[in-house]
Amino acid sequence: MIQVKGLTRRFGGILAVDKLNFAVQPGEVFGLLGPNGAGKTTTLSMLCTILKPTSGTATVNGIDVTRNPAQVRRMIGIVFQEPSIDDRLTGRENLEMHANLYGVPRTEQKKRIDEVLDLVELSDRADALMRTYSGGMRRRLEIARGLIHYPKVLFLDEPTIGLDPQTREHIWNYISALSKRESITVILTTHYMEEADKLCDRVAIIDYGRIIALDTPQRLKEGLEGDMISVKAQGANILAEKLVQLELVKNPKEADGELTLVVKSGAAMMPRIVEVAERLGLRIESMSIREPTLEDVFLHFTGREIRSEGGEEYHGLAAIKRRGVR
Amino acid sequence: MSELRAIYTLWLREVKRYTREKTRLISSFIQPLLWLIIFGSGMRLASTGLIGISYQEFIFPGIIGQTLLFTSMFMGISVIWDREFGFLKEILVAPISRISVFVGKVLGGSTDAVIQGSFVFLFSFLVSVHVGIDTFLVSLPIMVLITFGMVSIGLTLASLMESLESFGVIQTFVNLPLFFLSGALFPISFFPPWLGWVSVVDPLTYGVDALRITILKGAWTSANPLYYDLLAIVAFDLAMIAIGTLIFSRTK
Repeated sequence: MIQVKGLTRRFGGILAVDKLNFAVQPGEVFGLLGPNGAGKTTTLSMLCTILKPTSGTATVNGIDVTRNPAQVRRMIGIVFQEPSIDDRLTGRENLEMHANLYGVPRTEQKKRIDEVLDLVELSDRADALMRTYSGGMRRRLEIARGLIHYPKVLFLDEPTIGLDPQTREHIWNYISALSKRESITVILTTHYMEEADKLCDRVAIIDYGRIIALDTPQRLKEGLEGDMISVKAQGANILAEKLVQLELVKNPKEADGELTLVVKSGAAMMPRIVEVAERLGLRIESMSIREPTLEDVFLHFTGREIRSEGGEEYHGLAAIKRRGVR
Repeated sequence: MSELRAIYTLWLREVKRYTREKTRLISSFIQPLLWLIIFGSGMRLASTGLIGISYQEFIFPGIIGQTLLFTSMFMGISVIWDREFGFLKEILVAPISRISVFVGKVLGGSTDAVIQGSFVFLFSFLVSVHVGIDTFLVSLPIMVLITFGMVSIGLTLASLMESLESFGVIQTFVNLPLFFLSGALFPISFFPPWLGWVSVVDPLTYGVDALRITILKGAWTSANPLYYDLLAIVAFDLAMIAIGTLIFSRTK
């Protein structure tokens, strides 16, 4: 459905997207996962024909995004990261306008609007002004809007950013059900690990404009081979060194006095770690064992965590610029 | 066909948004009223006998022109609004040409401005100008023509501006000279020759003159025949729509 070859975008001297290659199958839910400023939105914008690539090609349903942008636009639905509705109009009016702009046959217009309103459970609020909608309702209406013209591909840029967990879960369910029932290909960007894990058939982990891993969430996690052990201890560095020296673990990651280890069998490894710590005279404060998450996968590949909450967040160009300065 | 439908859709949106804003509708009555009553009666003594008609009669078509100008220019704000609230993206990624987007916005803005200009006709009794329904109907197409070019300027300037504030500044900067030089408040023949030349290139000059010819009829002796005014306005409209489309196409 989508073919991306050597897709590159520069902003001035800064490389935002660096020679991406990937393909998305029809009916797939494909996620671009990465921290803010990784190049996810830039990639999406190029696929949606909003932004021209500096080099490389991308096709949607076999049609080149740079050569035939108008044709591509007719086949895709887009839900932007920032809200893009007219809040002085009602929900239904927003949908009507979209149907008219995308040339939905007049005879079918009403039926389709009712259909999508029903899908996102907004039928009873359809004739209220958008400014009276809550954030989650607006988001749902935007998703509904992206579906009126029966797109082959739906692009979602951070579909649940800023929404409460309950609404987020709700929207995930819609998207999953939708892609299955209507067999729509969905491409979404996210910096929420959980979102990528629950929703996507395949995930491309993207950092500094490059894909660093691409597979199903399951296989990405399995790729870490085993369990995650977190150890909180004084002198975590020393403990890590010793464990590597004894060839018990590879690539231990330390952050804020907490050691994260990937091991084959967590249950067998835990007593060994305690033993080593004791011999070194280090006191272990706490220890836990869990299945790996996509967060661990990201950490494994980059040595950093995706900070999804808190701290300063930079979006788009600001994030790229900031990265360039560091 | 689909482009026409898109133009209609965008026109409808502008009109809906406009008619829903009650405060704007009401406040649009106030400004022309102030000009006609306060400015008009204040200047009456100073200008009696010089133009052959009462000063308030004289400025009545001028105030209609002013209302059209100010409202049209103000319509540019819709581009800035749409950009600020993200809606512009939705329009720009739709499979329609930029020309249609621009034309739809021009038509929408013109409709709003003409509605506002029409309100001024309701005050004709205040300045004892007799305006029948026939006069209004003849003035209507002239008003429409005046607004096309003006809305285009507003939209073009707005699409070049980064912020609401800078648009506000530029707007005043363009509005006032166009208004004062148009002969809306003083006959152009009163201007010193060098200023008279500037008013020749002011598009509103022709708009105001055309409105005077149709509203004041025989009481007003114009320097130009009506068709001359109309040709000037149409030429101005075409030029502005062309320039506007060109610049608007390049907005991101």
